[in-house]
Order: sequence, then structure tokens, then C-alpha cells
Amino acid sequence: MKEIVVLSGKGGTGKTSITASFAALGASQMVLADCDVDAADMHLLTAPEVLETEDFYSGKEAFIKTEGCIHCYKCIKACHYDAISVINGDFIVDPMECEGCSYCFHVCPTHTIEMNARLAGKFHISKTRFGNTLVHARLGIAADNSGKLVTKVRDEAKRIATEQQSDYILVDASPGIGCPVVASLTGAHYVVLVTEPTVSGIHDLGRVYELIEKLKIKTGCIINKADINTDMAEKTKLFLKEKGIPLIAELPYDIQFTKAITLGKTVVEYDDGSIRDLLTECWEKVKALVDAI
Amino acid sequence: MQIAIASGKGGTGKTTLSVNLATLLSRQVERAFKVLLVDMDVEEPNSGLFLKGKLLRSEVKYRLVADWDEKKCTFCKRCANICEFNAIAYLGISVMVFPELCHSCYACSDLCPEDALPMIPHRMGEMKEFKLNDRLYFLESRLDIGVEQATPLIEQSRKEIRKMVDDHWITIIDAPPGTSCPVMEAVKDADIVLLVTEPTPFGLHDLTLAVETMRELKKPIAVVINKYGIGNNEVEKYCQKNRIPVIGKIPNLKEAAMLYSKGETLIDAIPEIKVEIENIYQGIIKLMEEKK
Repeated sequence: MKEIVVLSGKGGTGKTSITASFAALGASQMVLADCDVDAADMHLLTAPEVLETEDFYSGKEAFIKTEGCIHCYKCIKACHYDAISVINGDFIVDPMECEGCSYCFHVCPTHTIEMNARLAGKFHISKTRFGNTLVHARLGIAADNSGKLVTKVRDEAKRIATEQQSDYILVDASPGIGCPVVASLTGAHYVVLVTEPTVSGIHDLGRVYELIEKLKIKTGCIINKADINTDMAEKTKLFLKEKGIPLIAELPYDIQFTKAITLGKTVVEYDDGSIRDLLTECWEKVKALVDAI
Repeated sequence: MQIAIASGKGGTGKTTLSVNLATLLSRQVERAFKVLLVDMDVEEPNSGLFLKGKLLRSEVKYRLVADWDEKKCTFCKRCANICEFNAIAYLGISVMVFPELCHSCYACSDLCPEDALPMIPHRMGEMKEFKLNDRLYFLESRLDIGVEQATPLIEQSRKEIRKMVDDHWITIIDAPPGTSCPVMEAVKDADIVLLVTEPTPFGLHDLTLAVETMRELKKPIAVVINKYGIGNNEVEKYCQKNRIPVIGKIPNLKEAAMLYSKGETLIDAIPEIKVEIENIYQGIIKLMEEKK
């Protein structure tokens, strides 16, 4: 079983559209994991039937009981996040500012502070309309710990893929290079980079590639919307060549992508012409690259 | 006044709107303010690709993390027991601190009976200030590759703005995508948050998440629909139903995509976009006046 992560650095390059197309093409071989827990969109194209939902608790949050508090201010002095304030004489923790470090809990002389488990979101195990399993999640509003929720989604996907003896786990990662992205990448077998030929696309590709290099993961790249600026596409290809990154495919800008999304479909279902053929070829190539590892 | 430009979904046009709005406002000399554009998408900062200015300063940014002092440690294990972030590993004959996991809470450092965990600076990234002209300044923070926590660097940028501007400035924040901690930190001081979206089911879905987050933060919001003309009208229906003002519709033009791809601003080349950006500013002013 191999884990493939689709990654882009920059948002809006077409990562989810491409991932969902692969999911439709290789449905019987894979478990799908939507690790963009901050703004998960995979379910919009795969119309999953939710089979299981579980609350995800991660980290803690402080709660100061009114009874027992002697207003000594030790908690306020200890807190480095300015999460505790005095409102109408009561010492109150702002859960949005509290990081759950328990410093206040340790310094409170009257043991008036409780550290409670924090509900950080929900995760779901679903069956897509293609028949494969989708593990997805919803980070709580204003919640921290997206990295841990990503890890949870990947762990669940791995468990199910082992059970089902799937060939692949296909992961849709979030934009950026920070904690949720690192959590999506560590220990994965292959990264499919999706970029676009714009100054931002090239810039963000360079940064995300540096991260992949650090983590020593094999990778290949898809240039999406390759025809919107052929000069920039050439620049991107030069970068790939310099770094020894295989170019998996160049996909054209095509309104079919948007039309498919608008109908809640993947583009390989909506289009019966060249885009479908290109993506099918692209998925076969990804599989060949991954199988060769 | 501080205007934050955010979006749930990535690639909707936050940077395009930020750069073009900042540039347009800075050129209107009849308006007696200066403009500061701040790129707070520290993981993938892109605004600078569209601006050419003079570098005024460059600073390395640090945050304080715990560091083990072998000479003072008596191996009582208190630090490892206290740390809620698994950042301290007690190995019997040594103690290891993982800076990427440390949340700079000071608990281990302050509560260590031997003072064996001093807080030391740990590099996060760089902050640069550029001057475009007398009326337009640009501040960019850039996270080092491999640094996982973006929020502390965003917090430092936010505090830097307070030192730089007064009432005679308009600050425009180019926020990171998403709905979690980095975005919330970026918009914390904003007077209004513009949510940029596209008229597709992805755009709508991520917009609803962003709206929930901003409502939790009690921030006034307005929506700008970019790539207007593609997809469907569900975003407009949603905004109408939820009484969220739509203050701009930027048309989906091939020319705009081309200029963007080359790193150029749109307001000089496409008059209808210039008009729309001006309308967006008027929309903001109107909303701010209604708030008063």
C-alpha cells in the first residue's frame, strides 16, 4: 500500500479537482483522505454517504471555577497568551486565546482551575458515490490543532486501507508549508505537486518543494492551466528540470473544470473528450511512478 | 483603518485584490492618508511578487522556546510532566526539547526548580519593509521552510503594524487562506474583513466556513466575488439570505489572468477592474460609516 499526497503550496491551482478525478478513475484501488481540514471540499465532488462520525478531541482548555478563586492574579501573571481577564470581578478564560498549556493550572494555589479536553472538530468515514472510502474532517470553528486532526484523518485512512487491502491512499493536502502540510506529508510515499504557470505558482512551488526535499519524499509535478502563460510554463519546466522532478503532465486551462464543479461532478465524468483522456493518462503515469518506488 | 482581505478557499484572488486596492488608494493624492500593505500569508507570501520597491529594512524574527541546560538539571522530570505539547522528552540521562512542538508557554521554564530550562530565541523567519513611494509601504513576513507554526510570526507582524501606523494610514492585510488559527491571528486588529470568493460550489462552501469564523470573532464582513461570470449565482443567493453585503464583483477576464500570471497589477491595464476596485473601497467606507 502506497500513500500519495497531492500538494500545491499555492491555493486554487486545481488540486482538489485533480485529486477527485483520480479518485473517480481509481476508485476500486484506493482510500481517499481529505486532509485540507481547514476548508475541506472533496465531499462536494464525491457526494459521500457518511457512515461514521466521531468527535475529535485534542489538547486542553482552562476553565476557572468561580467558587474557590481568591483573586490572587497568579494565573493572569503566568499566562503568556493573555487568555485570562477579569470580567465583573470574575476570572474568565477566553477559549479562543487559551493554548491549553496548563501553566495557570499549575500555579493556582487553591486548585480552582480545571483543564478540560478540547473539542477540536469532527471526522467522518464515508462512502463516495464511486464506492471507495473517504475519510474527511471538519475542524471546529476557531479551533487550533489542525495538524493533529490531519494526522487523525491519515491514521484512519491507513487503518481502512489495510483492512480493505487497497493499493493506494490518496491524500488531498492543504495549501501552505506549515503544520497541517507537514502533518500531511511525513511518512508519505509520493507527492504529486500541482502548480500553475504564474509568478505566484512558481514561487510557491519552490517553497513547497524545499519542504519535500527536507522530508526526502519522491515527487512529480503537474502543471495545470499550462496554456495561460506559456513563458511561465517554460520557466516552471526549467525549474523542474534543474531539480530533477519528473513532469507528470501539462493540463490546459479548460472551462470544463468549472462546469463540472458547478454540477458537483469530477471533470472526468463531465468531459468525454480530451480532458478526460489527459487525466486518465495522468493517473496511469502517477500509478506507474508510485509503483516503481 | 485596517482592512483585512481573507478567504476560506485558496486562489480566489486575495493577493490580487490586496495589491490593486493598495496601489489604487496610494495614488489618490487627494486622499490624505498613507497606505501600508502587509502580507500575512507567511507560509506562501506572494504580494511582493507584484510590487517593486526599495528595501528599507530586513529583520530576522525569533520566538522564545525552552532550551535544556545540562549543568543545572537534576533530572526531576517535572518539565516533561508539565509540558502539554509533548515538546520535552525525558530520556533518563538527558532531556530533549523539540522547538517545533514548543508553544512558548514558559511553564516548564518558570516551574523548573533548578532554572534548567531557559527560554532562548529560535528563528522563525524574516520580516522586510519596502517603500514603493511616499504614500505606499509594504511589509512582508516570510516563514522559514521547515518551521511549522505560522501564528507566532503573524502575531509579530500584527504588533509591528501598531508601531508603524497611526490614524493617517490605511492598512491592508493580505491574510492566509483557510479558517483556522493563522487567519484568526491575521485579522485580529482589522476593522473590517473582506472575504474574497469565486462563484463556484468550492468558493461558496469555503466562504460559509470563513463567515462562521469571522462571526465567532465578531468582525464586520463584506464579500467580494472574483472571477464573476463563471459557475453559478449561489454565492449571491447565500449572501442575500444571510445579509452579507457584496461590495464588489470582479469580472472573469482572460486578460486579468494573463497579467496576474506575469506579476502585474490590473488597475492600469483594465479600466473596468479599476472602477470595480474603487467601488469596493467606496463600499468599505459606506459600511464603516453605517457601523458608527
